[in-house]
This record gives sequence, structure tokens and C-alpha cells, in this order.
Amino acid sequence: MNIFKKTILTVLASLFLVVNTNADNIKIGTEGAYPPWNSKDAAGNLIGFEVELANELCKIMKHNCTIVEQDWDGMIPALVSRKFDAIMAGMSITDERKKTINFSQGYADEVASLAVMKGSKNEGLKTLSAINLTDISADEQATLDTLAKAFKGKTIGVQTATIHQNFLDSGLMGKVKVRTYKTQDEVNLDLAAGRIDAALAAAVAFTDYAEKSGKAVVLTGPTFAGGDFGNGVGVGIRKGDSKLLNDFNAAIDKARDEGIISRLAIKHFGFDASM
Amino acid sequence: MDLELMISSLPKLLSAAIVTLKLLSASLFFGLFIGLLFAILRISKNVLINKFAYVYSYVFRGTPLLVQIFIIYFGLAQIEYLRTSFLWTILKEPYWCAIIAFALNTGAYTSEILRSAFQTIKPGIIEAGKSLGISNKIIFYKIQIPVAIRQSLPAYGNEIILMMKGTSLASTVTLMDLTGVAKYIISTTFKPIEVFIVAGGIYLFMTFIIHNVIKYLEKKYSFQ
Amino acid sequence: MELLNFGDNGWGDELAIATLMTIAVSITAMIIGFAFAAIFTPLKLSKKKYLNLISNFYTTVIRGVPELLVIYLFFFGGSGAIMYVASIFGYNDYIEINAFITGSFSIGIISGAYSTEVFRGALQSIDKGQFEASKVLGISKFGQFYKIILPQMLRLAIPNLSNVWQITLKDTSLISVTGLVEIMRQSYIAAGSTRDPLFFYSWAAVLYLMLTYLSMKFINKLEIRYKRGY
Repeated sequence: MNIFKKTILTVLASLFLVVNTNADNIKIGTEGAYPPWNSKDAAGNLIGFEVELANELCKIMKHNCTIVEQDWDGMIPALVSRKFDAIMAGMSITDERKKTINFSQGYADEVASLAVMKGSKNEGLKTLSAINLTDISADEQATLDTLAKAFKGKTIGVQTATIHQNFLDSGLMGKVKVRTYKTQDEVNLDLAAGRIDAALAAAVAFTDYAEKSGKAVVLTGPTFAGGDFGNGVGVGIRKGDSKLLNDFNAAIDKARDEGIISRLAIKHFGFDASM
Repeated sequence: MDLELMISSLPKLLSAAIVTLKLLSASLFFGLFIGLLFAILRISKNVLINKFAYVYSYVFRGTPLLVQIFIIYFGLAQIEYLRTSFLWTILKEPYWCAIIAFALNTGAYTSEILRSAFQTIKPGIIEAGKSLGISNKIIFYKIQIPVAIRQSLPAYGNEIILMMKGTSLASTVTLMDLTGVAKYIISTTFKPIEVFIVAGGIYLFMTFIIHNVIKYLEKKYSFQ
Repeated sequence: MELLNFGDNGWGDELAIATLMTIAVSITAMIIGFAFAAIFTPLKLSKKKYLNLISNFYTTVIRGVPELLVIYLFFFGGSGAIMYVASIFGYNDYIEINAFITGSFSIGIISGAYSTEVFRGALQSIDKGQFEASKVLGISKFGQFYKIILPQMLRLAIPNLSNVWQITLKDTSLISVTGLVEIMRQSYIAAGSTRDPLFFYSWAAVLYLMLTYLSMKFINKLEIRYKRGY
């Protein structure tokens, strides 16, 4: 009977039309499909690093916060059309996005990596372990060339409208077939199914998937940073909303000083990804 | 309104419309065969065959196309056995997954359209053929099928338009059709309204063409 | 099957809520569609050319563009448009519309275009003589519509309206972009979280089939009721 009541209440609650929100109440948009950054559990609750961090930041800012779900490809348009006031969805700070929205300072940094299935010809490529695309050195160029040769004509899956897609589209890795997906979950599924030869995303997205699904997904090649990969992950905020931007920047400073970001990062990523 | 964006995205969207048309024609081609086959099964007197055809059309007409395409693309890929069989060479490709889903879907609707056309053929036409000494087989292929197709033109025309709109779901399985490219442009420009208006205009134009072609065919093959 | 447990470790309760949500959105959308049809059907049958044009524009555009696009346009443009209208009346604060209203409206607009066509067809097939007969009998225009035309129109329209209902019900699977958690979105979330898409999308199919089956049963009953007296 309890579940029946809960069901009716949930449906009735969502029927309510809200007009003119309280100024002290901010809404934060997240995707809920990018573990370990943000995802959903079987009870239907949003969980993950950013969900916990968002609650901590709101506590510091003394705002009432609601976290809402939004499909990734509509994230920035939804922010602009005021469906919510801030984005915390593993969104990297890039120049392209800055043309449309503002970003707070970065709160975490993710390195990107290619992944293949165990047994693939491109497993364990001999390259540098990390490259930074901001200033490409001769060694780094050699690594890019190795990658271009190894993945020539291969199909690589990425989530649509991400830094990872921008990088593949830039041609720095040569001619590869890029296949874009709505969510990282779908990229992982098709990588495991063998529909794509490799995938590119945050390294943690693959290690988390491999660990939880038991599929033999392995990282290969270098980790990527700089250039198309942006400058860490920050809170996306509408242009002109400078008060909220300042609030978030101050709150991130405080959370960093108190070690909150490091603690949450270690809990969800297994290492300190804070910045 | 960003007019410049609307104009600059037009060529990209137009070339994506070709992908849409390719998906549509392939789906209709296979769907017509499936539809004809199941329409014939539906008018069969064998209860088992009849029921089987009924269940097929009921399931595909009673569930959303999006669910069907997801089951075929994401669901089937999960079955280990399929992935090692020859079927995987087809199911591996998003293009073919989309066409299979669309063809099965439009096949279900087409079978219903053709079935009702078969059933409304005046018995006099068939009797006339018999009295002229034409064999049953020839009556079926040369009289019943063409008459049924003519009868079902208006309803089939609607189905073509519904299917064309349905192909927009191909974008959910990584295909870059008109809707897929529109979404891609939006993901880099963050201007959904402008891009969707242009894409919508192209869809509308295609609907207009299909509508008029069907009208023309109806006139041409009318019995009067 | 554990995946369908009710409570915090299964998806059973979430799917049940989502199914109710699908029903609620479908019914609301259908009613909104009727409201649109009530506006546009008379325009379609009007003798004024420009009124026909407005109505034809509505039904042609909505029925000629993929549902997904209509929903996206409404989702991103809807609240902007409403705020613009509100600003004309001097109201400049942000108006928030929740996902349920956005979803129902976008499906309702689509559903309304199909309903308009159904009502137009039904009205046109009512014998012209009846209008004249009621005039001769001195029945008011109002009475003529409610007592004579409307009951007949409904009887003629019900079979086709059941098609519109099926379309509406299935179209709700496309509104997951608005963030409303109906059957499709819930299955999508569950499939992503458990990495078992086959299981959850198959369940989604079963739930939709159940809804179409039950609603057909209901509509058949309705049809029999309205056929009484013939």
C-alpha cells in the first residue's frame, strides 16, 4: 500500500505547475548518465561525484538547491533558456562553450584516454604515457603519428558534443571514422559489443565501466590534456548571472581549502582529481 | 533569430536529407514485401498462420518505434550468441539495424492496409475472372494484388509520410540523418530553434512532394 | 527478475510510476489536443478563406514534421514564447513551466492536428439535410449543435479517435528530452544503470502493449455505448 501511495504522490507532485521560482532556490542541471561523475541508482536517485559536490557547494553558499536531469545534447540550450541555473555535468571548460556560457573556476580535472577491448591489435600501444596538446613537442607529435597510423580508417566512438569529439574532428589523430552517441553508457555498450574499434572519453569513465560490468575494456595509448581537452571541469553558468558565478567561485575555493573536493574525488574516482 | 546560421546550415542539412531519403526508400522497399507477405498470411484460413500474422502486426503497431529500434540496436547486441553468428555482420551496422526496425514497423502497418484492401475487393471482379477461365493463381497475381494496391494507395501514402517522420529516430542510433545532423549543428552552435526550423522546413517540403506524387498516382490509376 | 523488485534495489516501483506517468501525459495530451481541435475544426469548415488557411497550416505543418522536432522546438522555444506573450501583458519575471506541462503540451499539439482532421471528416459526413431540418423546426443554433450534431459527430469520430489515441500514447515515448520520467526514459535510465538494455526495453514494449490492449478494450465499450439507438 505504501508504494501505491508513493506512486500516486509522485505523479501528483509532478503535475504541479510552478510559476516564478524563489530567487534563493537554484537549480543545477546534470546528466545522470556519466559515472562516476554523475549517474542514477536503482531507487531513481541521482548519485556520483558531482551530485555530492553540488550539495556541499550549496551548503557553503547557503542556497536551496535542486538537482535536475537533462540530456547531454540539450544541456547548454537548456541552461540558456533558463530550465536551470547551473550545469555540473562533467563539462570541461572550453573556448567554444565560453562563447555561449560562463564557467566557474575548475573543480576537477579529467584526463582523457582511448580504450579498446582486450585482445585488440591496438591494446598496449607503445606511446608516451601522457601528452599535452597545448604545446605539441616533437615526442608528442610522434605519439600522435603512432595513433594516427594505428587507428587509420577505424571507427571510434565518442559522446556527442564533447571535447573528445572535438579532438577527433580536429584531425590531430589522422583520418578516423567518428561515431557519436547520446550518452557515454551507449559508447561503452557498443565498445563491448564490438560495433566500434575504440572509444575516447575520460579515462575514469572506462575504468569505472570495466570494473562494474566485468567487461574487458582496457585503456591504450597516452592520456590527453590541454588543447581541445580544455582546462578542467567547471560549473556552467548563464552569461550575465555574475552573482551566481561569484558565489560558485567562492564556494569552490572554500570546498577546496577544506579538502571536501579531494575527499569526494578519492571516494568516486579512486584518486585525487580535484583542482 | 540567427539568419546567418540558418542559411549556413542549409547545405549540410540538405545533404543529410539524402541519408533520410535513403533510409526511407530502403525501409519502404523491404516493408512492402513484409507487408504483402503478412497480408496474405492474414487472409489465410489456417488459424495458426492467421494468428501468427495478427500477433506480428499487433505487437509492432502497439509499441512505439523508438522501443523497437532500441531493442534491435542495443538489445540484440547484448546476446553473445548473435554476436558470434553471421547475423552480426548485419546487426553490427547501425544503418541496417535502423532499416530492419523501420521495415518491420512499416511492414506491420502495410499488412493491415493491404489486408483491408483485399477484403474490400468486390467478389464480382474475381468471379468475372473465373468465368473468363483465368486460373486462380493468375487471378490472384494479376487481378487481386494490383486492385488491392490501387485501393490502398491513399492509406499507403499516409504510411509513407509517417515512415519518413519515423526515420528521424535513426539519429538515436548514431546515424547522421537530417535530424542527426540538425542535432550535431545544435551541439556546436547551441541554437536549437533556428536549426530545427530549417530542418523542419526540409521535412515539410519532402512531405509535400510525397503527398503530391501519391495524389498524382491515385488519379492516374483511378478506375473512372 | 530481481531487477524488477519494488523498493530501493529494484526497478519495479520506478517502472510502475513511469507507467502511470505515461497514462497521465497521454490523457492530458489528448484533452489538450481536443481543445486545439475545438479551435481549428470550425476554422477548417469556415467559409472564410484565410481562416481555412490558418487551420490548414497548423495541421499540415504538425503532421508533416517529425514528432521529435516538434517536441524539441516546443521544449526550447515554448517557455520563451510564453514569456514573450507575458511580457506584452507587462509581466517580466521568469515563468517556469514544469516538465509535465511541457511534455503534455508538445504531444497535445501533435494530437490536436490529428483530432482536427478526424472531427472535420466526421462533421462533413453528417447529412446536410439535418441542418436544414433543424432550422425548419426552429431549433436554435446552439441546440442544433449540442443536441443533433455533436452526438452524431462523436459516434462517427470514435473509431478514428481511437487511432489518434494510439498515436498519442506512443508519441509520449519521445518526450524524454523534456526530462519527464515516463516508461521510455525510465527504461533508458535502468538500461544504462544495469547495462541490460534487452531486458528493460523488452519490458517497455510489454508495458506499452498492455496499455494499448487495455485502452482498445475500453474504447470498444465506448463505441458500443454510442451505437445505441441505431
